[in-house]
Parts: sequence; structure tokens; C-alpha cells
Amino acid sequence: MSYNWNWGIFWEASPEGVGTYLTMLLMGLRWTVATALLAWVVALVFGSIVGVMRTLPGRTIGIVASAYVEFFRNIPLLVQLFLWYFVLPELLPQAAGMWLKQLPNAPFWTGAIGVGLYMSARIAEQLRAGIKSLPRGQAMAGTALGLTTVQTYRYVLLPMAYRIIMPPLTSEFLNTIKNTSVALTIGLMELTARARAMQEFSFQVFEAFTAATLLYLALNAIVVFGMRRLEKAVAVPGYIAGK
Amino acid sequence: MPMIEINAVSKWYGPQFQVLKDCTTAIEKGEVVVVCGPSGSGKSTLIKCVNALEPFQAGTIRVDGINLADPSTDLPKLRARIGMVFQHFELFPHLKITENLCLAQEKVLGRSRDEAMSRAMSLLDRVGLREHAHKFPGQLSGGQQQRVAIARALAMDPIAMLFDEPTSALDPEMITEVLDVMVELAREGMTMMVVTHEMGFARKVAHRVIFMDKGEIIEDRPKDEFFGTPRSERAQIFLSKILAH
Repeated sequence: MSYNWNWGIFWEASPEGVGTYLTMLLMGLRWTVATALLAWVVALVFGSIVGVMRTLPGRTIGIVASAYVEFFRNIPLLVQLFLWYFVLPELLPQAAGMWLKQLPNAPFWTGAIGVGLYMSARIAEQLRAGIKSLPRGQAMAGTALGLTTVQTYRYVLLPMAYRIIMPPLTSEFLNTIKNTSVALTIGLMELTARARAMQEFSFQVFEAFTAATLLYLALNAIVVFGMRRLEKAVAVPGYIAGK
Repeated sequence: MPMIEINAVSKWYGPQFQVLKDCTTAIEKGEVVVVCGPSGSGKSTLIKCVNALEPFQAGTIRVDGINLADPSTDLPKLRARIGMVFQHFELFPHLKITENLCLAQEKVLGRSRDEAMSRAMSLLDRVGLREHAHKFPGQLSGGQQQRVAIARALAMDPIAMLFDEPTSALDPEMITEVLDVMVELAREGMTMMVVTHEMGFARKVAHRVIFMDKGEIIEDRPKDEFFGTPRSERAQIFLSKILAH
């Protein structure tokens, strides 16, 4: 293989006119981080609501919640992003569709919310499992003390359920970060897109993707570290999981 | 007017299986009633119906004159006035002992932090656990956890207490410490409905014993009569089995 290695490429000016190839990649990383964070918030909020709905006794609520989960987890993420980005604006009334298309940073908003909704289905399932893993008597004890259903969830069930699902939640956070790379297909110039652009401009494919790989690894390492710290900080003294 | 009035209560799981059959009894203020019977006889289900933790399909239950089935009844408010102690304690593991005792006082009764805390500490004193106030439930023994659970129920100043097999999950050497608290409570005049197999406790403080089998109340008699000459064969067999050793 005749390949012209050039690790100095990162310090060469990028064809975009501002900064080097490295700054180009770091700008991509910034979009990755911003997209992942917004997606994570969306995933946690919607996942929590739907996950709780799936544990409530009401039949209709349960059906609505499981329809939500099945919709978002059974359609490939790529297809979902295309649906939100290319199909949805055409289906809306013309004014609303136009507004969506002309939204500044539309790929960012669509990508973040799209990835967030996709991930929310997974979080909903995990939260449901976490709540269901608690002894049935916990909800009864809350109810017997006079707490309302909302209070029982808020003060009794959810604090333990979130603690129990912390390890899988860490994985989901990492998945959220990795899944933002799919948003390059709708034009989001995040890290993977920037690495590809660098390859096309400079032909230094190995250097570009090595750098992208290392940046993803570093970002995810920070998340793993942070989540472990959080897990320790909220650990319940004397509590043995699954007891 | 009885404190707890259970009138012709029936409950089904699904269309076929009837767990409670036409149960009727009443518990007066200050009365201690022990409910016993073989497992699966419906005694735990019956006691959970009293504070509407379990729904029932027929009959009525009134607590302090308030009909549970009346749509205008504020169930959370009514439940807050009835203390309940569970077989597996059901303390909230992520909350310190003091927080376990304060949570419902503050969120349901609207007491201030100071008020709730001083009530909590005096009750912990009473069950002999003041020095454990700042621990978490997982750091206490089963007997200690159950005493905390009793204190948590008492913190709500209940008009009656329900005990659902409070000593069944405990190691033998811890049963006494829990029963001691219950005996003291009974002697102070608390209205109590206790599902238990502890016949020693029944003999000591119960006014009446209810014997259930297959979802029915078979006997409902003053303690001395029950232990003297239970009328039903099933109660006699049950007693001979649990008192054999």
C-alpha cells in the first residue's frame, strides 16, 4: 500500500479559510457534544414520562405508551431522521413546513430531537424495568401513608428506580453520543462529517478517522467517568440491589 | 359506631377465583383484633381492603364512619389516618430513618420540618432506636427496620393500625422486640387489626380473634372463647397445628 502518511496535516490550514484541519475537527466535536446533550435531555424527559406511563394501572395510558415505544424503537434511526427532516415538512400545512425548512441550524434541531426521541424509547423500557424491579410493597407503603400516586412516584419509586438503572443508563448515554453521527446524513457537520470532509479535502483518510476515533473515545471516557462518579455519589448505604 | 366496619365484602381475582367471601366484622375503638388462618385464606387481602390498597367488588367498608367506596371519599387523606405495617417492612431504602418518618408528615399532613422531626425523634425514642436515626434502612436489622416501620406509621397519628404479618419475615430472636412494641401500643388503647400467627401475642393482648379459611370468616369470637373451645373443626385443626410444639 502506498500511502503518504502525514500526521502534520492537523496543523495545516483547512480549505474553509479559517483555522487548521484540527480546528475543523474540533468544531465538529462541538456540534457532536451539543447534539448529544440536547438529545440526552430529550431522551431522559420523554423516556421518563413514557416509562412511568407503562407502569401505571390505566389501560389506555399503557397502550399509548407501548405504541410510542414500539414506534420509536422499531424504525431504524436513519429512517426516522429522514422522516423528520425530509418528509415531515411536506406533510405539515405549507406555512409550518416552510418555517421548519428555513429554521436556522435545522439539521442540529432535527438531529438532536430525532436521536433523542429514538433513545427515549429505550430509556422508557429501562425505567419501566427499574420500577417493576422494586418490591410491590414499596408503592403500597407510599400509598398507605397517604401519598398520592404522583408523590409515590416522585419520592418513593423513581429515586430507587433511577439508581437501579444507572449502569444501563450510562450505556444509553454513550449510544446517544455515537448515534448523533447518523445526523451527518441530514447535513449536520458533526465530528464524523468533519472527518469525512477532511478526508475528501486532504486525502489523509487514516489521520482523519484516527483523530475522530480518539475524540469519540475521549468524549465517551469522560461520560463513563462522570456517570461512575454519579453512581457512587447517589449509592444508598447498606442497600443490596435485588434484595 | 365501630372504628372499622366490614360489611359483606367479597372480592374476586378474575371472573372465577373468589378470594373473599361475604366477610363481615366490626372493630370498635380501642379494640385489638387478631386475624389468623392458613396461608391463602384471604387474611392479608382483607386487611389491605381496609385502607383500600386492594379493591373489592361487593360489600362496604367504613372507617371512622367514612365509606371507602363512596366516590367523594378522599382516599389518600383517609389512608393517612390509618397506619399500616407490612410483612417486609417496606421502609424507603434511599431515605435515612428520620426522612422515612418525616416524608409523609410533611408531604401529606403538611407539618413543618421541625414539627415532623421532633415527632419522628420522640417516636424513635419510644421504639428504642434514637441512636439509629441517621442511618439508612439497609444498615439496620430486620427487627429494627420493623420497629422503624411502626414508628413511621405512628408518626401520622393514626386512628387505627393495621399489621400485615409484621413478624413473619423476621429471624426468631427479633420477633420479641417487635411484639413488645405492639403489646405496648395495644395497652395504650390503640385500635389494632393484626394478621399474625403469633398466638402468644393474641393471648396476651387481643380482645377478639378472627379465624379465616378459603376467603371466609369462619370464627369471630372473644379471645378466651376462641382459645378455649373453637367451634369450627377447621379452627381446631389450625390451632392444633400451630400450637403443637
